Amino acid sequence: MALANASRRLAQSLLRPLGSAQSPLGALGLQQRGIAEPAAAEDTSLTVEVRPFSAHRIEPPSTTVTTDRAELLKFFTSMYRMRRMEIAADMLYKAKFIRGFCHLYDGQEAILEGIEAALEYTDSIITSYRDHCTHLGRGGTVVEVMAELMGRVDGAAKGMGGSMHMYKKEHNFYGGQGIVGAQIPVGAGLAFAHKYREDGGVALTMYGDGAANQGQKYEALNIAALWDLPCIFIIENNHYGMGTAEWRGSKSSSFYTRGDYTPGLKVDGMDVLAVKQAMTFAKQYAQKNGPILMEMDTYRYHGHSMSDPGSTYRTRDEISQIRQLRDPVEHVRKLLTDNNLASTSELKAIEKDVKKEIDAAVDKAKNSPIPPDEALWKNIYKDTLGGKMKGLDSSVKIQL
Amino acid sequence: MQALLQFGRNGLRQQAQSKYLSQALRGYASKELTVRDALNSALDEELARDDRVFIMGEEVGEYQGAYKITRGLLQKYGAKRVRDTPITEAGFTGIGAGAAFAGLRPIVEFMTFNFAMQAIDQIINSSAKTLYMSAGTISSPIVFRGPNGAAAGVAAQHSQCYAAWYSHVPGLKVLAPYDAEDCRGLLKAAIRDPDPVVFLENEILYGSAFPVDDTILGKDFTLPIGKAKVQREGKDITLVGFGKMVGYNLEAAKELEKEGVSAEVINVRTLKPLDRETIVNSVRKTHRVVCVEEGWPQSGFTAEIVATVNEECFDDLDAPPERVTGAEVPMPYAANLEAAALPQVKDVIRVAKRCLGR
Repeated sequence: MALANASRRLAQSLLRPLGSAQSPLGALGLQQRGIAEPAAAEDTSLTVEVRPFSAHRIEPPSTTVTTDRAELLKFFTSMYRMRRMEIAADMLYKAKFIRGFCHLYDGQEAILEGIEAALEYTDSIITSYRDHCTHLGRGGTVVEVMAELMGRVDGAAKGMGGSMHMYKKEHNFYGGQGIVGAQIPVGAGLAFAHKYREDGGVALTMYGDGAANQGQKYEALNIAALWDLPCIFIIENNHYGMGTAEWRGSKSSSFYTRGDYTPGLKVDGMDVLAVKQAMTFAKQYAQKNGPILMEMDTYRYHGHSMSDPGSTYRTRDEISQIRQLRDPVEHVRKLLTDNNLASTSELKAIEKDVKKEIDAAVDKAKNSPIPPDEALWKNIYKDTLGGKMKGLDSSVKIQL
Repeated sequence: MQALLQFGRNGLRQQAQSKYLSQALRGYASKELTVRDALNSALDEELARDDRVFIMGEEVGEYQGAYKITRGLLQKYGAKRVRDTPITEAGFTGIGAGAAFAGLRPIVEFMTFNFAMQAIDQIINSSAKTLYMSAGTISSPIVFRGPNGAAAGVAAQHSQCYAAWYSHVPGLKVLAPYDAEDCRGLLKAAIRDPDPVVFLENEILYGSAFPVDDTILGKDFTLPIGKAKVQREGKDITLVGFGKMVGYNLEAAKELEKEGVSAEVINVRTLKPLDRETIVNSVRKTHRVVCVEEGWPQSGFTAEIVATVNEECFDDLDAPPERVTGAEVPMPYAANLEAAALPQVKDVIRVAKRCLGR
């Protein structure tokens, strides 16, 4: 009985997360996202009310967010690019250009977009295996992602890492982690380095609802809180840990409260403006005080990975309803068109350009060479000490 | 006053004179340094040399170190550089891994390597493999150190040797010092090395003193990683070991000498990358080899030495390579059983003689 109730609660909350107490439309169960103030004639700015944040041990930031045409267009283009890239990856996987694991991010774009709007490349990020769009957000290119997925030399890790292991050191993107939850303390370590160097940077350690029960998360939180590390713990709660719904995996799904002594916010992760607002707030908090937990309420359209149809543990209705009512890209489109900040045709032109860009990137990636044989033996050690590694049989010894 | 009563007036003068004499002699003759002080001085010097180096672990600070290896360092360098952690290996090892990714140089102390099993995913999947996965862009200049292997009377969960596990993994460097010279030179080299280093110490040896000279005590004294040492030259049989077993092999060599056998003792020093050349050159010379370790035999570190000898100098062997290892049991507590579970010097001698056909 309790389980059935929990399942029903999830189904309801997916469509109406965080309540909408302030909006009369919300009380009717309708999904008007925010009440936007229309722009004046020459003014391209827009003030929007985002969904209220749920807060744990902290005063939440204001729900009034100001944006403008330029920013919204940037968000639209960037998130649409992420969306189309993941769809292209899906097709390439089915056409067997991509092997192994492939975990897609479509549906969750607003989280990374909002994060990057609030952060600098001097801040650090580490995330899970669902990292293709993280690479883009950190200044990587679609070619780098596509080529890496296909194991080619022009890939983000020169074909050595694959889907789960993309990196961009110069922009403080530390991957890409295959072991669920292992990135959490590593992210706290990145925050440690910022504090040690007193450089004002913060570190984001990102993980899902499936990882949120890991012991090492609490070990990392404990140390981060003890040592006041500027670490923002981000739970991308897409409500399913692989095939396990959050109510089956977690005794408490109020992830933003589970930091106990660490303050937390729950944010509408499908609304890029809410995410940006919350992350700006979180960065300031973390720089001054130490760790904070940010639960991003989001959804993934694809299954856990390409080998998961995503329909054995949730209904197709649920997926299509979320697409209709909460899609992050459509939300920004509506903000632009409803408020006369951009025309439908202008946005269609952007879409066309992005599709062309993705197609070109896929082509370029397909034509990128596979790594040379010698690459097998590179970068095992930074200082090889002139040593040798053993090959497949006793006659094979490779001088590094 | 007590001394006066004990030695009388003349005796006191003699006592004072001999103390003065021995102090003076210390300036000329070789000094002695315990393994503990060797490690401590190495940590001290590297903390002073490079701001990015810091130490992290349980009881390393206020407690002065569970085995006193970090004694005095908190007082000297402060809480920013010497960090006491909660008892959460997975968490603090991951934090160390992240700090190393970001370019700091953490030294993570495990109270013993038995507890590192809680953190082994971070050691292997974060620190060891990331340079490779990132095509060389993200390195891990981190040192994981602590006592490894059998201690005395600490039973099964506190006595395992992890040499085989860590030396298995490409991307890790694995060091196992024997004496004070090894401890100073290899630890300083490990801290300066840009790759993740697993540094396997031995608790029993912490209190042992070894002779050192001014070179070894020098601030920039390092030993090359990846080079084994011929600890004692010989021509009839090669004894290979690391850590405490080097001492056992030296003792066995002394005993064997009385029977006219000249044993060459190889101190492996670096388990990975293994200096196969030094070992093989020795076996080519002596034609017989006994490999000694305290760890278990199946898939043990000595199995690798035997495989190497087989692959690279089979034709030079006059007898099959032999091993002396710990018994294949979880470590018992009772003192007699514990002794029976571990190689003793007499076992090395017995097996060496068997190898020599005696």
